[in-house]
Amino acid sequence: MEKNVLLGHGSGGKLSHDLIKKIFVAYFDNEILRQQTDSALLKVEKTTIAFTTDSYVVDPIFFPGGNIGKLAVCGTVNDLAVSGAVPKYISAGFIIEEGFPLSDLETIVKTMADEAKKAGVVIVTGDTKVVNRGQCDKLFINTAGVGVVDDKNQEIAAGKNIGAGDRIIVNGSIADHGMTIMASRNFGNFKTDIHSDCASLNAMIHDVLDAGCRVKFMRDATRGGLATVLCELAESTGNGLVIDEKAVVVKENVRGMCELLGFDPFYVANEGKLVMVVAAEDAEKAVGIMQKHPEGKQSSIIGQLVSDHPGKAILLTEIGGKRIIDMLAGEQLPRIC
Amino acid sequence: MKHIDEYRDRDLVDKLVKGIHAISKKEVVLMEVCGGHTWAIQKFGIPSLMPPTVKLISGPGCPVCVTDRRFLDHAVALSRLPGVVITTYGDLIRVPGSSSSLNEEKSRGADVRIVYSVLDALKIAKENPSKKVVFLGVGFETTTPPSAAGLINAMKENLKNFFLLSSHKVMPPAMSALIDEGVAINGYIAPGHVSVITGTSIYEPIPRSYSVGCVVSGFEPVDILQSIYMLVKQFENNDFKVEIQYKRAVTPEGNVKAREAINEVFRARDDWWRGLGTLPLSGLGVNDKYADFDAEKMIPVEIEETKEDKGCICGLILKGLKKPNDCKLFGTACTSSNPVGACMVSHEGACNAYYRFNR
Repeated sequence: MEKNVLLGHGSGGKLSHDLIKKIFVAYFDNEILRQQTDSALLKVEKTTIAFTTDSYVVDPIFFPGGNIGKLAVCGTVNDLAVSGAVPKYISAGFIIEEGFPLSDLETIVKTMADEAKKAGVVIVTGDTKVVNRGQCDKLFINTAGVGVVDDKNQEIAAGKNIGAGDRIIVNGSIADHGMTIMASRNFGNFKTDIHSDCASLNAMIHDVLDAGCRVKFMRDATRGGLATVLCELAESTGNGLVIDEKAVVVKENVRGMCELLGFDPFYVANEGKLVMVVAAEDAEKAVGIMQKHPEGKQSSIIGQLVSDHPGKAILLTEIGGKRIIDMLAGEQLPRIC
Repeated sequence: MKHIDEYRDRDLVDKLVKGIHAISKKEVVLMEVCGGHTWAIQKFGIPSLMPPTVKLISGPGCPVCVTDRRFLDHAVALSRLPGVVITTYGDLIRVPGSSSSLNEEKSRGADVRIVYSVLDALKIAKENPSKKVVFLGVGFETTTPPSAAGLINAMKENLKNFFLLSSHKVMPPAMSALIDEGVAINGYIAPGHVSVITGTSIYEPIPRSYSVGCVVSGFEPVDILQSIYMLVKQFENNDFKVEIQYKRAVTPEGNVKAREAINEVFRARDDWWRGLGTLPLSGLGVNDKYADFDAEKMIPVEIEETKEDKGCICGLILKGLKKPNDCKLFGTACTSSNPVGACMVSHEGACNAYYRFNR
């Protein structure tokens, strides 16, 4: 292992996984943490509660399609919702650099309030710290979220029931958020009309669950992108995955920017996209429901689980070749969430 | 997307694949010597489409992979000096040197910045007149002209704080050396972007002296498959020659202006290639006229003794004599997140491409 923390340790890819395994899980070790799900599922008397936390350090803090505050609320809501929970309460901790404009803070907080209202969650507690100039970059936000998990949805977080034949659904175009951030950092002097896909997905998810579709696993494809979620799914459940590259939506402008900069959109972050594994018979129905939501208009089945090549995700490339999908090794993009 | 979709057309791909299957009778070994090709071949899963007779192997085409470890040690040493800013193409920062990497130095506080172009490095130099800004020049005829342009501009603008540490190399000596060393190749998928600059006459001796075909190829799947088809056809007909598949970019005479810029700034020198050793006149150092911008001369620094890793067979892999999964470190001690050899670092490196797409 490296001697110091590298940026790649925060990429959500392989280095992050190693760090979590070798340091955090090693010392905090307990049965709940070991599950390594987006939210921890906690039994409190007869109710199952989903509990999650996340920190937001995106640079720049304002970007097309959102800001750090919207990201914080959506990200927390999504972490709960993909665990099969109904998101209820959120906390918000602010670490603010001395000199930060109050008007910007107000804009961000107002966005958080609006997004929370839209997502049906309440921000019930918080904390404020101000540090000397240079000791943080403008504004960092930490959140925690609590939700309630219905009995029938308790296996979704760990994906215990998935198996060969299940279909894999993604709710639209990938890589929008990561490339928006790159463009707003003026990386390569791009002028684009790309917008972040930052959005709360709980309403869409709950419609799918309420319709009785047998959803077996969900995860939001944030840092590390779609590829990382697919690899985690294959590795952690021991299933084989086959993904059809043609079925994965990448917007033209996003694809163009990725081609130019040498990024693989499969590894670029999203903030409003999830991977959903659904029983084959229910897959079309789930896609239909998702397409009725603005966050799921371009939902499609991108692949399925197979009994071949256990633990590996295989991509059928757009030209008909085959190759494996691997986890991101180092950092692909700087501070995107 | 225009200029991309037509070169990834499924019907065209199918036709070419069928064509290759139809004409290939004897076992044939084709080597690509450009990292862009290595990456594209693996990314699109081209090996899975080949008949058993067609073997694709990767040569020394990734600039990062062939770079001398001493060059990295030199860059690491420079990064430790106060007031020095290292500017570099991204891949280089993860390459392990003898005891450290630029990434490690960055985490310890060294000022190492990733740039997409030498012009960004020049800008950093102008904005930070009190710092010495060093640009790490790696790569072949494709990245050399921009480095040359950087120095020409720096001289024009009378910049006193911009320096190049050059590890630039030229490709043809390596292509001949590989065959001289006994690597059995029947055809070269010749580098597309290098040839945009050099033209194709540099490859003429290869079919003549060695009976090995050269097809200058583009980087999209249809380009690569068509090039493979052309090379298999040459081999089956025993008719070896230099052909251009990548006609939309490459002309036989190349880019004269870019070559003039290279000649203006650089001089040929013997250079060390990972896996191939020292090849005569295969490297480019900064010439006397531009000596004031040569980091080697202008920023003296002590460089640690070079240590190579034991067990790493990057050299044999770069020569195409071994495949990445023949290496006992591959996928165990050496992974893309913790590379031992340089071939595992860049996404253009043979081991990295194998590890990511073909394990």
